Amino acid sequence: MAELRTEEMVLNMGPQHPSTHGVLRIELVVDGEVVVDAVPHIGYLHRCFEKHAEAMNYQQVVPYCDRMDYLSSMSNDFGYVLAVEKLLNIRVPERVEYIRVIMTELQRIASHLVAIGTYGMDIGAFTPFLYCFRDREMILDLFETTCGARLLYNYMWPGGLSHDIPPGFVEKTKAFIKHFRPTIKELNDLLSYNEIFVRRTANVGVLPAEVAINYAASGPTLRGSGVKWDLRKDDPYSVYHKFDWDIAVGTGEMGTLGDCWDRYMVKVWEMEQSLRIIEQAIDSIPEGDVQAAIPKRVRPAAGEVYVRSETARGELGYYIISDGSQNPFRVKARAPSFVNLSLLPEISRGYLIADMIAIIGSVDIVLGDVDR
Amino acid sequence: MNANEIHEKIKAQFPEGIIEFKSEGVVEPFIVVRPDLIREISKFISEDPDLKFDYLMSLSGVDFNDGNVGVVYHLYSMQRRHRIVLKVKVAKDKPDVPSVESVWKSANWHEREAFDLFGLVFLDHPDLRRILLPDDWDGYPLRKDYKVQEYYHGMKVPY
Amino acid sequence: MHNFITYYLGSGLLGSVVSSLLPFVWVMTYALVAIYLELKVSAHMQDRLGPMRTGRWHGWAQPLADVTKLMQKEDTIPAAADKALYVLAPVLVFVGSYAAYAAIPFSPAYIGSNINLGIFYIIAVSAIVVLGILMAGWASNNKWSLLGAMRTAAQLVSYEIPSSLAVLAVVMVVGSFNLNDVCAAQSGWFWNWFVFGKFPFLFITFIIYFTASLAETNRAPFDIPEAESELVAGYHTEYSGMRFAVFFLAEYANMFTVAAVASVLFFGGWNSPFGTFMSGPIWGVFWLISKGMALVFVQMWLRWTLPRFRVDQLMYLSWKILTPFALFNIFAVGLWMVLRG
Repeated sequence: MAELRTEEMVLNMGPQHPSTHGVLRIELVVDGEVVVDAVPHIGYLHRCFEKHAEAMNYQQVVPYCDRMDYLSSMSNDFGYVLAVEKLLNIRVPERVEYIRVIMTELQRIASHLVAIGTYGMDIGAFTPFLYCFRDREMILDLFETTCGARLLYNYMWPGGLSHDIPPGFVEKTKAFIKHFRPTIKELNDLLSYNEIFVRRTANVGVLPAEVAINYAASGPTLRGSGVKWDLRKDDPYSVYHKFDWDIAVGTGEMGTLGDCWDRYMVKVWEMEQSLRIIEQAIDSIPEGDVQAAIPKRVRPAAGEVYVRSETARGELGYYIISDGSQNPFRVKARAPSFVNLSLLPEISRGYLIADMIAIIGSVDIVLGDVDR
Repeated sequence: MNANEIHEKIKAQFPEGIIEFKSEGVVEPFIVVRPDLIREISKFISEDPDLKFDYLMSLSGVDFNDGNVGVVYHLYSMQRRHRIVLKVKVAKDKPDVPSVESVWKSANWHEREAFDLFGLVFLDHPDLRRILLPDDWDGYPLRKDYKVQEYYHGMKVPY
Repeated sequence: MHNFITYYLGSGLLGSVVSSLLPFVWVMTYALVAIYLELKVSAHMQDRLGPMRTGRWHGWAQPLADVTKLMQKEDTIPAAADKALYVLAPVLVFVGSYAAYAAIPFSPAYIGSNINLGIFYIIAVSAIVVLGILMAGWASNNKWSLLGAMRTAAQLVSYEIPSSLAVLAVVMVVGSFNLNDVCAAQSGWFWNWFVFGKFPFLFITFIIYFTASLAETNRAPFDIPEAESELVAGYHTEYSGMRFAVFFLAEYANMFTVAAVASVLFFGGWNSPFGTFMSGPIWGVFWLISKGMALVFVQMWLRWTLPRFRVDQLMYLSWKILTPFALFNIFAVGLWMVLRG
C-alpha cells in the first residue's frame, strides 16, 4: 500500500464560483480535500481607477471612488474627500462632519450585513442571508431618501455634501436603530452561536497577530486576531473623537484567537458599536450649510498627502500627489481588500476545501476593491 | 518620535543612505533614500527598538515625469505610533529597486502592482508577475508616457 | 392491490405495469407539491413571499412552470464526459429511489409488494443510489463533480449503518421485517405509536433514524455532496435540462421514502391517530401521506435553519456518535425485551 502513487490535484476555484464573492480565481493545489497551496489570481475586475483619476479633476474622481468598494461607497468617498481637503487645507462645517460620520457608520452596518449574510450562506445557512438583506434594505432606503442613489452615491464632495439630509431622516434613522438592535440578537441566536456554525468556523484559518501586522492586515481581519486597532480611535479623523464607543476585538472565545469565528464575530460587534456612534451623532447634528465650504475650484498647491480612514474592510488609504493643476498627478488607493487578500495563502494551507470557503468569506473581500 | 528624530536615527546608521529630507512646507515629511540601500534601511527601521516600523501602510509606484520613476513607502509603527514616508527614485530605463518583501510581507502584492503598472523591477522579489493586467499586456499604463497598444488579441484597445 | 388490478384488467402483464406505475403517479404529484412547498416554506421562513404570480393564486403553478422549463432546456453533455455512464447515472439514481416505493405500505390494502423483508428491501435498493451518484460524478469528468461524488459515497455508506441499526431496534420489537406488520403493531390511539414510548428507547431510535435519513437524502445540514457554496453543485454540476430534473426528482422521491419509512416505523404508518375514527384502507393512504408530508416539512424546516457540516464532522457524527448510540440502543431494547419476557 505504501507504494500506491497519489497525486496532488490542481483545482481552479473561480473566477465563476458561488463562494469567491466575485470574480476571484484561486488556484488550489489539493491533496484529496486538503489544501496544500492556494494562489489567488486577481484582476478580473480591474478598471485602473488610478489611470482614470489622472485624467479627471479632483471632484470628478469621487464617483470613481464609489465604484471601488461598491458595498461601502460612502466610506470610500469619505477617505478621498478627507485626503483632498487635507491637500487643500480647508475645514468643513461641523454639520458636514456629523452627517458624514452618520452615513459612514450606516454604510458600515450595511456592508457588514452583506458580509455576515453571505458568510452564513458560504457555511450553508441560507436564511440569515435574507434577514441581513432585509435590514440592509432599510439603510439603502435611508441613503436613497438622502441622495437618490442606493449603491453608488457620489454623496461626499470635497468641502461638503451633495445634499443635506432630508426632513424625517433623523426619525427614520432612529426607527431603524430601534428595529435593528433586536435583530442582531436574533442573528446571534440563529447563526453566530449555532453549534454547527461554530464548529465550522472556530479553529479554522488562524491568523496570529504578528503575521497579520506583517501582512499589513486591517479592519476586522486585524481585529479578529486580537489587535486593538481602529483608525477611528488610533488615528482619529473627522469627529470620531467626540463619541463614546469601543473597539471590537476578537477574543478567541470559541477556539483559537484569530480564527474565522473571531473575524466574523468582530463584524457583528462592530455593528453594535456603529449603532452607538449613530445614536450619539444623530441627536447632536449642528445646524449649518452643508455646501458652504465647497470650493469653487479645486486646485491644490503642489504637494502630496497620504490619508487613511477606516472603512468596513479596513484601512483605506489615498496617496494623492498634486502638481498644482486641476487634475491629480497621481492617486493611489491602498485598498483594504487588496492587502487583506494577499494573506490568504498564509492562512489557508492545511485546511479542507470546505474550510477554504470559510476562510475566504471571513476575510471579507470585495473584488471591486481588490482590483480597483 | 517625530520625523526629524527618525531622520537623525536613520542618518546615524546610514550616513550615505539619505539623499534628501524634507519636513518643512510639506503636508507629510519624507526622506529620499538611495535605491540600492532601501532593503537595508527597511530592515533597520523595522527592527530598531526605537523605530519599530512594523506596518507598511502603502507602497506606491510613482512616475515623477522627469525621467525618473520611484517608489513611495508609507510606514507606520503600531508599537511606537509614529509614521514616516520613504522615497526612492530610479531612472526610467533602469528601474531596479530591491524588494522589501522580506521585511514586510504586505509589500509582496504592492510591489507586484507597481511592477504591473509602472514597470518597476523589484530585485529578489519571490514572485514578480503582473497582478492586475493580463500576463501578455504591453507596456506599463501608469507611466506618463504610456501609449495603449492598438490591438490586444484582435480586440481594438483605444476606445 | 396488485392482485386486484390484475383481476380487474384480466391480464397479468398489464396488471403488473399498471400497479408499478401507480406510485409513479404519486411521485410526480408529490414532487410538484413538494417543490411548491419548499418554495413557500423557505420563503416564509425567510421573511419573503416566494412565487406569487405564476398561476395567479399564490404562484401555485410555479412548479409546473419549472418542470416545463427544465423539459425544454437543451440537454448538454460535456465533450470530455464518459457518455454512456453520464446518461445512465440519472436513470440509476431514480431507479434506486423509485424501487423503494414497491415496499411502502400506503394502506393495509395497497402495498406494491407485501414482502416479508419489506424494510430490508428498502434499505437494500436505496443503496443503488450511491452507484448512480458515483457514476455521475466520475462520468462528468469535472473535478468538482468528482469531489461531490466521493463525498456522497462516503456519506451514504457511513449513514446506512446507524439508520439500519435504528431500524433493527424496531424490527426486534415487532418481530417482523414486514412493514404492514410494523404498522399493525402500532394500531389504536396515537399513544401506541412507537415514537411516543409504547416501548422505551424507541424515541432515541427515531432521532437516530431521522438524522441518518437526512444524511442519506443529502438534505441540509448534510447536503455536503452538492454543497452549492463549496462544490458549485457537486455531482450534478454538469447536468442540465431533463437529466438534472431526474436527479432533482430522485432527491424529492427519496425525501418522501425516508419520511414514509419513518412514519411507518415510528408514527403508526397508515393507522389513524384516533383509534378507529377515520381508519380503513382508504383513510390509510391519507394518514400515511399526511404523516410523510409532515416529516418532509420537518426536513425542509431544518434545511432552511441550519448551516452545513464539514465533511470530517459528518463522518465524526456518524461513526462516533450515531453508530455507538444505535448499538447501545439495540442492546437496551433487547435487554428490556428479555426482562419483560
